Amino acid sequence: MSNTDNQGDVWEVFIQSKPGLPHKHAGSIHATDKEMALQNARDTYTRRQEGTCLWVVPLNAIVSSMPEDNDSFFDPSDDKIYRHPTHYVMPDGAKHI
Amino acid sequence: MEDIKKLEEFQAKIDAEIKIEPKDWMPEDYRKHLQRQISQHAHSEVIGMQPEGNWISRAPSLRAKVVLLAKIQDEAGHGQYLYSAAETLGKSRDEYIEELQTEKAKYSSIFNYPTLTWADMGAVGWLVDGAAIVNQVSLQRTSYGPYSRAMVRICKEESFHQRQGYEIMAHMANGTPEQKAMAQDALNRFWWPSIMMFGPHDSDSPNTGNAVKWKIKRETNDELRQKFIDKTVQQAEVIGLTIPDPDLKWNEEKGHYDFGEMDWEEFWRVVKGNGPCNKQRLNHHKKAHQDGAWVREAALAYAAKQKEKQLVA
Ligand SMILES: [Fe+2]
Ligand SMILES: [Fe+2]
Repeated sequence: MSNTDNQGDVWEVFIQSKPGLPHKHAGSIHATDKEMALQNARDTYTRRQEGTCLWVVPLNAIVSSMPEDNDSFFDPSDDKIYRHPTHYVMPDGAKHI
Repeated sequence: MEDIKKLEEFQAKIDAEIKIEPKDWMPEDYRKHLQRQISQHAHSEVIGMQPEGNWISRAPSLRAKVVLLAKIQDEAGHGQYLYSAAETLGKSRDEYIEELQTEKAKYSSIFNYPTLTWADMGAVGWLVDGAAIVNQVSLQRTSYGPYSRAMVRICKEESFHQRQGYEIMAHMANGTPEQKAMAQDALNRFWWPSIMMFGPHDSDSPNTGNAVKWKIKRETNDELRQKFIDKTVQQAEVIGLTIPDPDLKWNEEKGHYDFGEMDWEEFWRVVKGNGPCNKQRLNHHKKAHQDGAWVREAALAYAAKQKEKQLVA
């Protein structure tokens, strides 16, 4: 395929469905610049008022942890059960705590 | 050679209903199966715009026209969701499109049938989208995360597609005798190709084994076909149309409809490229792609300029 035969770069799309909620990953689109990325994301992912705000991020700007590192990467939190409220013993009869 | 331990861990995840995500290890055959299935699904959404696009300029009312336009635009969107999922498997969109245009990849054979009358817009929405929905509802539970998420999104949008088609059919079936005949004729032509959309019988389906074990497919071709037929018979009755199958009969014991045998010779003839519209569909796709070359050129030139400006500033 020639150079002009490509679909542009991949951009990941995040939608905030209403104010107060976090942006959530929706999928990706192709575009050659920021403005086109936003317009394509709107046309592709918000044809039914799915969003009040859109983020588009070039795929190569995203840094991801890797599944093969999951054990060592996430296990430091495994043995810290004192970070959970259920770790603590409340005196009998105490309410609203 | 693939690591046996990795394969066991993979199967254990599948068995425990844990979704597989793009960066996870997966057997090469799982990747290949998904690349083929998801891209074929994407191509079908995109090629599927053509038989309906045929009627945009001839829709019988403004309402019918905006509905048809919205429906076709959704199908374009479905193609995008699916290419987006397929790309997470390490193949670019350009490669997938090239496979379609060089006939290495297939799309659903149903779109190789012509849409001859306005009633066909009814039959396509009701039957073709109806069959697609049965398949896609099942695929919402597929084991590959991005494919599953695309299916959830698509299913939300599909029900309007089927309802608008059935509305057209109901309307025509209630119209003049000529309109009713037109609706019946559309049903006659689209019934068998629609139930063949589910693919060959399980006993003749070479890809089913691994696909079920890996939970890419959650139900088999024959199970899905049965579901679709069981739903659709009553809908035809309600609008007074007759499904063109003399063997169609409720089977009390099984709790399902029995139905006649499909014409598999025709099925394979169309799959192999010799249906009524195969050439036309592919040529049109290539032409649209070529006609858009100047847009891609302009977009790339604009992007290059913007980058330059940023460097200078
Ligand atoms: Fe669709
Ligand atoms: Fe549809």
